[in-house]
Amino acid sequence: MSMTITEKILARAAGRDEVKPGDNIWVNADILLTHDVCGPGTIGVFKREFGQDAKVWSREGVVIIPDHYIFTKDVKAHRNIDILREFVKEQDLPYYYDPGTSNYKGVCHVAMPQEGHVRPGEVIFGTDSHTCTHGALGAFATGIGNTDAGFVMGTGKLLIKVPETLRFTLNGKLQKGVTAKDIILRAIGDVGVDGATYCAMEFDGDGIADLTIEDRMTICNMAIEAGGKNGIIASDSKTEAYVRARTDKPFTPVTSDPDSPVKEHRTYDLSELVPCVAEPNLPDKYAAVTDRTDVKLTRAYIGSCTGGKISDFVMAAQVMKGKKVSIDTFLVPATQEVAEGLMSEQIDGQSLVEIFAEAGCLDIAPPSCAACLGGPLDTFGRANTDEVVISTTNRNFIGRMGSKQAQIYLASPYTAAASAVAGHIADPREFL
Amino acid sequence: MSDTPPVITGTVYVVGDNIDTDQIIPAQYLNLVPTIPEEYKKLGSYALIGLPEACPPFVEEGQMESAFPIVIAGRNFGCGSSREHAPIALGAAGVKAVVAESYARIFFRNAVATGELYPMESEIRLADVFQTGDAATLDIGAGTLTAGDGTVYSTKPIGDVAPVVSAGGIFAYARETGMIGTDSQ
Repeated sequence: MSMTITEKILARAAGRDEVKPGDNIWVNADILLTHDVCGPGTIGVFKREFGQDAKVWSREGVVIIPDHYIFTKDVKAHRNIDILREFVKEQDLPYYYDPGTSNYKGVCHVAMPQEGHVRPGEVIFGTDSHTCTHGALGAFATGIGNTDAGFVMGTGKLLIKVPETLRFTLNGKLQKGVTAKDIILRAIGDVGVDGATYCAMEFDGDGIADLTIEDRMTICNMAIEAGGKNGIIASDSKTEAYVRARTDKPFTPVTSDPDSPVKEHRTYDLSELVPCVAEPNLPDKYAAVTDRTDVKLTRAYIGSCTGGKISDFVMAAQVMKGKKVSIDTFLVPATQEVAEGLMSEQIDGQSLVEIFAEAGCLDIAPPSCAACLGGPLDTFGRANTDEVVISTTNRNFIGRMGSKQAQIYLASPYTAAASAVAGHIADPREFL
Repeated sequence: MSDTPPVITGTVYVVGDNIDTDQIIPAQYLNLVPTIPEEYKKLGSYALIGLPEACPPFVEEGQMESAFPIVIAGRNFGCGSSREHAPIALGAAGVKAVVAESYARIFFRNAVATGELYPMESEIRLADVFQTGDAATLDIGAGTLTAGDGTVYSTKPIGDVAPVVSAGGIFAYARETGMIGTDSQ
């Protein structure tokens, strides 16, 4: 039987020769990811259901990356990290990245592949909806709740339904100033915020080869914004080189059969895409940047699992170099490695840190999820009043960045940087 | 497995399409851990506090629970985050069921896994039929929502989901049905 990459990975994880959409199957997990916001509740479920002395199904399978509420005075946030620490100690877990130590990483979805925890063909469950990011490396990865995660923690298995696939074939090459973020905002705009509900979003086509691993992460990260169960891009030589550089663990990549049936197939000519935004308050409110240059802004935000990777900051720096921002511009590197990259990466002999400082951006914050999801009241970059924000993050729901009065426009790092300079939504192609 | 699916009578709270998890429970309250009993209750007091300010309060100021046991919604209820705090906040506030046109996948699954509420799907859009404060009776087993004037609206069958919610979630259901042992705790 002809199968998609998602079906093949799930069949293998279920120990079956084949599966089809709609099948309810038990799959073995390779990785369970959790963080400071959902980890304590997951641990609570695990202990309640499996016993106070229970052991996790696999010490190497559980990856805990605190990232949400790190740089805050909130007492409960600190209490939650202490719960993680105690659990890690008790279970002797090797993959824990503790805040306040040199082992701290930052945003889990950027740290996961960076630390070699994402491998093609594997099954990853995470207590965070943006776990779908990891499909960028040819894995099946999806977000789950604490109760399901507690079950996985104890058994290493989960009952799931095999999703139908929506296939997006990306052909050709992006024009200058157009990015992976513009691809995914366009796709979400086309299918709608519930257009991929219960479905896999698979991206293929000759345009994939030109996209970096980080570009692919940006695309798969936002599959959930169309309701997708997972986003996925088959691994290629670029993926394998990336993964081999980070882990010695063996893995077996999987690809879709060329004629595998899908629920829906869309084809994009990447050369026709343009810089765009998603307008408040939903990620599917697509608008071309050129149609929205009248929107005045009060703030720009560059960060998160979607838009806080080193390549995102390189894009922003290309636009800002030698220019001044005209609105408050918040920069939050996703991980410590990205933060270090801001110092080591250079454009014409100038580091990114220097470019951003000269452009008048606010002092760069330490790595975390920060204001992407609002967070505690003292969170860096949190929107507390009626700000109009252009942001490289993934959600623009009412109140998402902290205040119900704030309006959030989602955009690429190029567009966010160009708009930060202009003070209104601006076309980055005029700056490059 | 003698749990009979319940009949829920009370006033409804009505919302529209794409009610995301940030509106159901804003991120600033995610420092509360649902498995800690007093924090579970506290989550209930913040249920739907992220709705636009023009909406009537779902939980009255100073109260821990809502007066509305049934929420009626449009499409894609619970989209966004995988935070289980969302169905938990509603359940802790006293919500027994949501009747929506459709659900985001993770919310639906979390509602069932926790057993916090029955995620019912309506056959037709009811968010424009009902108004907040209307009386209604929801019969989970029969699959009907009856308005105060006697009009009966159908909900779609939820099959094996009902007994899992009735039991109190997947772990409780698995124990009741002998799928997993009962020797923990």
